Amino acid sequence: MTLLQVRNLTIRFGQKLVVDDVSFDLDAGQRLGIIGESGSGKTLTSLAIIGLLPDAAAVAGSVVFDGVEILNKSDGELSSLRGNRIGMVFQEPLTALNPLMRVGKQIAQPLRIHRGMRMKAALARAIELCARVGLPDPERLVRSYPHQLSGGQRQRIGLAISLACNPSLLIADEPTTALDVTVQQEVLKLINELVREEGSALMFVSHDLPVVSSMTERVAVMRSGTMVELATVGELFSGARHEYSQKLVQAARRSDDDFVRVSRGGRA
Amino acid sequence: MMRGNRTLTIGVSLVSFSVMLFLLSVIWTPYDPLEINPELSLTGPTSSHWMGTDEYGRDILSNIIVGSRTTLITGVLAVVICMIVGVSIGIATAMSPKWVESPAIFGIDIVLALPTVLFAIVLAAVYGPSTFTAVFAIGIALSASVAQVTRREVNVILLADYVVAARASGSRIPRIVRKHVLPNLRASLFVQASSASAIAILAESTLSYLGLGTPPPDPSWGRMMASLQQYLIADPIFPLWPGLAIVITVLGFNLLGDGLREALDPTLRRDVE
Amino acid sequence: MTTVWYVLRRLALLLVSLITSSTFVFLLLRLLPGDLAQAKLGIYGTPEALAQLRAEYGLDQSLPEQYISWLSKAVRGDLGLSVLTGADITNELLSKATVTLPLIGIASVVALLIAVPLGMLTALRFRKWDGVTMSAVSQLGIAVPTFWIGVVLITTFAVQSQIFPAGGFPYDGWADLGGAIQSLVLPACTLALAQGAVLMRFARSATIDVIQQDYFRTARATGLSRAGALRVHGVRNALVPVVSVLGMQISTLIVGAIIVESVFALPGVGQMLLQDVNIRDYTKVQGTVAVTTALVFVVSFLIDLVLGLLNPKIRQR
Repeated sequence: MTLLQVRNLTIRFGQKLVVDDVSFDLDAGQRLGIIGESGSGKTLTSLAIIGLLPDAAAVAGSVVFDGVEILNKSDGELSSLRGNRIGMVFQEPLTALNPLMRVGKQIAQPLRIHRGMRMKAALARAIELCARVGLPDPERLVRSYPHQLSGGQRQRIGLAISLACNPSLLIADEPTTALDVTVQQEVLKLINELVREEGSALMFVSHDLPVVSSMTERVAVMRSGTMVELATVGELFSGARHEYSQKLVQAARRSDDDFVRVSRGGRA
Repeated sequence: MMRGNRTLTIGVSLVSFSVMLFLLSVIWTPYDPLEINPELSLTGPTSSHWMGTDEYGRDILSNIIVGSRTTLITGVLAVVICMIVGVSIGIATAMSPKWVESPAIFGIDIVLALPTVLFAIVLAAVYGPSTFTAVFAIGIALSASVAQVTRREVNVILLADYVVAARASGSRIPRIVRKHVLPNLRASLFVQASSASAIAILAESTLSYLGLGTPPPDPSWGRMMASLQQYLIADPIFPLWPGLAIVITVLGFNLLGDGLREALDPTLRRDVE
Repeated sequence: MTTVWYVLRRLALLLVSLITSSTFVFLLLRLLPGDLAQAKLGIYGTPEALAQLRAEYGLDQSLPEQYISWLSKAVRGDLGLSVLTGADITNELLSKATVTLPLIGIASVVALLIAVPLGMLTALRFRKWDGVTMSAVSQLGIAVPTFWIGVVLITTFAVQSQIFPAGGFPYDGWADLGGAIQSLVLPACTLALAQGAVLMRFARSATIDVIQQDYFRTARATGLSRAGALRVHGVRNALVPVVSVLGMQISTLIVGAIIVESVFALPGVGQMLLQDVNIRDYTKVQGTVAVTTALVFVVSFLIDLVLGLLNPKIRQR
């Protein structure tokens, strides 16, 4: 069952073309990686799917999620999808959380909005979610403020928020890039487990090919707004067709062969 | 440097309007602003007196034109004082060692806490109301905020690599100021000067309104409003003219400052989601 | 524990500010040319009378002595007597304050109530026509002198429509409650509008800042609309800069009160100050200004406390 269907997605800022005719499919429970450098348009593509592009962006094409066209929907209609059927985790754990609000309350938000839960019930569920994302001492932790937690812990909170309503699609935009190397591995493993348990589809956006290839089955390579290649990880590493993809593969091989092997073993 | 910038254009036009009034006042006015015509007291706008006459029968339009002198002169002088004093203190404080900088910052904060008009009132209590006290009070009061902003900016400038290198290689302070600090401050100084002008003119008109500014007979917009206010019952239009003149001028400088900031500051706001 | 430290630090700062500013005000008015006693007695000043007057007001003591004696009495609420009129300064201040303080209080509250919602609304409608219009109106609002707003209000509501009085305050003061309130409506509105325009611009830019934050994007990603995300996450975060600006605006509010009292002929502290300046009553001006600046610092201190409550990170610094 095709969960997400993107056809000819094109995004412009005024005269500037930033995403050019991007198309791909994602079935339920499948994982797709989107890889590219900064400026390749990968983040904008993911924002387009969730409907959070800046006002100044002009969008053309089609994005169909679960049979529903996203691009012409009003903000109100999309709000019922966001955080509910589609969850998103962002890159900067420090700034992605409200510094003036306790983390438990922030996890509770989507539950209150989409499940109509009262604060007490939502907070109780938030504690469960904290435990599920591997945070120690959840009862005490939900009362903390973001600046009292480490980067890895904050990113786990971010995961908890995005998964609170059991979304069918999780979009992760560079979720580990801002974390320490040691912590990155743990968080990646966590995402892996959670997505597998939920049966959600995963769209993993990153510039880091080894990381992406360890988390997903298929990879879309983006460069300067264009999707230059769409292939399975195996196909990519054995024989990438586009020159740019080949360069990426070579760089990945050089950087850390072990990483690729070990992480592959960690996948289901 | 200046692209087509709507705020800037409007600002410049409004300010030019006041400047033109000023220039006009030097060459010609419809009537002598001080000429008293008791028989014409408090007439509304007519073809011979476009803005009407005040309680002494003086032509209001002429008074408005000449009043621009007080406004602009006080404003300009006050801004000159506050910029010279403020920038000097700002630079000096930023480049001083910590033990000088901290009490200086504290001192600036104290002066900042004292409101401009209150300070002017105190000065007027001592020296009597006059253009000079107004200019001095406004200038000194504004210099505190100029000093604060300048200090912050200079601190940022001092962090630049080439400045650190220059200091490390032993360049003397006056040279560093001349070659590195001042050029980088230029844009900010223009913006600050426009904003300061707007505040200075507002303050001057307020002081005149309260009777603490330029004393009669020199026309002053603020004072005109105060005296014409009593005759509102006769015709509400009377205080309108000086009020309009003040608003146009202040708005002009505000927009000028905003426009300059837009044109000169590369770090504009990101797009709002 | 850090909260306690924060309060203590702020308190210490407050004390130092109070002492510094009172010294400043004291010196400013004492280092004047002219002899206070001579000014009072004029040509009737025989040497004995002068000496007696000086002794009475402590003018024969050295400057530091005068300062200490003035300060020690002032902190106990006794600002002394005016050399010129013999009036008790504290009493005068208190009676005039019954007009000025309610004026400032009501005006601040109304200003906040206008400014914060409007500012947030203007920010939400950032590039839409109504947002731009509101922004332009607030731009106009800060260019307009306070006294002009007052005159316009008088023209509209007092002269043309006769709804509110054009000025003055009931002779019985607050004993005539209805009359007192009526007299304060237009002045408070004037002050509130003037302050509101400034605060609104800050509220707007604070809200725009919030909208550009990453946590706002996270909030939207959880399914909140823009307005909803502002409501849940934005209000508190945007309030912080607005409240701190309000603290800085206290002195502007006081000046505004002076102006408004002049426009509406209200018998408040502001008008009293202007009159004292006119008759050169230095001691009274000194007392009034000292109290006013002290008030500014105290309010700033309280605002800092409120900010500490709103923003837990500040407390840890």
